[in-house]
Amino acid sequence: MFELLGVPPQALFGQLLLGLINGAFYAMMSLGLAVIFGLLNVINFTHGAQYMMGAFCAWMLLEWAGIPYWGALVLAPVIVGLTGIVLERLFLRRLYHLDHLYGLLLTFGLSLIVEGLFRREFGSSGLPYGNPMPGGTNLGFMFLPHYRAWIIVFSLAICLATWFVIERTKLGSYLRAATERPELVQAFGINVPRMITLTYGFGVGLAALAGVLAAPAYNVSPVMGSNLIIVVFAVVVIGGMGSIMGSIVTGFALGIVEGLTKVFYPEASSTVIFIVMAIVLLLRPAGLFGTQR
Amino acid sequence: MRTRMMLLSAAAMLAAGGAQAQMSDGVVKIGVLNDQSGLYADLTGQGSVWSARKAIEDFGAAAKGLKVEVVFADHQNKPDVGSNVVRQWYDVDKVDVVVDVPTSSVALAVNQITKEKNKVFLVSGAATADLTGKACSPNTVHWTYDTWALANGTANAVVKTGGDSWFFLTADYAFGHALERDTEAVVLARGGKVLGKVRHPFPGTDFSSFLLQAQGSKAKVIGLANAGGDTINSIKQAGEFGITAGGQSIASLLLFITDVHALGLKTAQGLVFTESWYWDLNDANRAFAKEFAPANKGNHPTMIHAGVYAAVTHYLKAVTALKSDADGAAVVKQMKALPTEDKLFGKGTVRADGRKVHDMYLFEVKKPAESKGPWDYYKLRATIPAAEAFRPLKDGGCSLVN
Repeated sequence: MFELLGVPPQALFGQLLLGLINGAFYAMMSLGLAVIFGLLNVINFTHGAQYMMGAFCAWMLLEWAGIPYWGALVLAPVIVGLTGIVLERLFLRRLYHLDHLYGLLLTFGLSLIVEGLFRREFGSSGLPYGNPMPGGTNLGFMFLPHYRAWIIVFSLAICLATWFVIERTKLGSYLRAATERPELVQAFGINVPRMITLTYGFGVGLAALAGVLAAPAYNVSPVMGSNLIIVVFAVVVIGGMGSIMGSIVTGFALGIVEGLTKVFYPEASSTVIFIVMAIVLLLRPAGLFGTQR
Repeated sequence: MRTRMMLLSAAAMLAAGGAQAQMSDGVVKIGVLNDQSGLYADLTGQGSVWSARKAIEDFGAAAKGLKVEVVFADHQNKPDVGSNVVRQWYDVDKVDVVVDVPTSSVALAVNQITKEKNKVFLVSGAATADLTGKACSPNTVHWTYDTWALANGTANAVVKTGGDSWFFLTADYAFGHALERDTEAVVLARGGKVLGKVRHPFPGTDFSSFLLQAQGSKAKVIGLANAGGDTINSIKQAGEFGITAGGQSIASLLLFITDVHALGLKTAQGLVFTESWYWDLNDANRAFAKEFAPANKGNHPTMIHAGVYAAVTHYLKAVTALKSDADGAAVVKQMKALPTEDKLFGKGTVRADGRKVHDMYLFEVKKPAESKGPWDYYKLRATIPAAEAFRPLKDGGCSLVN
């Protein structure tokens, strides 16, 4: 069998698959950010905190209410999404007419507060959350845990469904129209503010859903979101701010790039995404799938 | 003119001499520097601040006429942030001693600055054995544990029970490198071999890729040379990827009770590791934990918290004996001259290289059925006597020895 730079192909397939699984998280997170930025023009820095809230919500549902993982998968995004709606109603909507920077500062500040509150309540080491699908399959080139397979299938389905709703349905066309010309859409009798509120709730729900997905795989801790959010922002920038398909494709692709780096030069695996970002910004300032606005 | 100069310098010398006979600015100021918000915040953090204050209270500083203050700061696990805080503390805020400092890269920076400024550095949180080896300093005492002691305890036990081929998963900074180096030395010395190693960025989240490489190496033992949240994620994901079910075992080279709490016994059971202190070992420790827990949201103290308590206690003894805290090197010299005795670590000594010497313990995480409840997590497997627990004085390469 051939070897690529000293790595046997079996190992390489395994790493590609793992990269894809990590990419699933990036894709779901950046998708939520893209939807929110596309419609609200807000760079939602609380996204990491909302992802963390999703994971904690799953933990609370299990510990305090006895609701297992599968129930949390539905309930947690709804609950966290509702907190997002409250946040939009109370704070964010006052900032739409201002520069992006204000929204960014507000959401960044809020995420620090939310993380601080969770750290105060639950400590920084994190909480245990059991794996709902223990065991796995031996694929020949690697052992694939059932749960990781589920992550990839489920997140792909969610991403594609979101893309379909926004790009191919009537509701989606309203959304896209409201992004371009809110006054005109309002004039046609569509309640644009409500649509914006619900969209933000949906974007936040996506982050929380990613959080629930992460709970059995990663340590449920208050800092889990801030570890991820910077990478996800890089993904969004590379994909092109506000591009739905762009964020999905870039999320998965960068997961793979990162996975390969972990094999060939692991020390750089936390930096490689930013190197890609720098290169993309030099060559295509609007991102791979973005259009200059 | 010349007479005036001479008079002035004489006055200055007198003033300096006068200040030496008492506490600098009348107060012993203790700065607790650690991670207050990140992945090491539970195992150091506010718990260490509480322990320092408790040590001052138990020492009866006020009754002895000693005025002691505690300040604390967050170094965010970044050497530059830590260095800035410590410089500010020494130069402006008149801090006399810096305590704790987890994250070896930060501790090495603080070690250097403390020596420059002739203050005192009491290490409890940091692990690298270099602090009493090639980076040793006349101003530093390394209290609780170090990478050599961890490697010596855990790797010896693991190799003895047949785990003779290793693969390392190492946090890519000073601490991880030191722990990997010291463990590798023990493994090789015992006739084992190292099949591979991978260095992961610090802090990390997803370790599956590295675990897959470890799995592919067919090593019998996967050594985790990382700590805190990184260790928790590594162990959790090792379970998920069927590493232990596939016959490989995990050697967690540094594990704290807060990590075990975060993992849950179901995932953590059976792990074997080395620590210098456990709250349920004896009555004095239990009493300490009983006071610690309500003040720290139910968390039980880690060995780092206990180390902060003991180190501050011994520091105050030395300062009281000297009647001065002004000359850092002199205080540390006094700490080395006095035998140590406190309720948490018992009797011990501080060696010439700054290493505090005491027993280390090999623990095993209990099975869920064996545990009586939260925080009842460890079974004692073996006690490593003080004489064997730490690197022999001559092997460290410390310039203060001889």
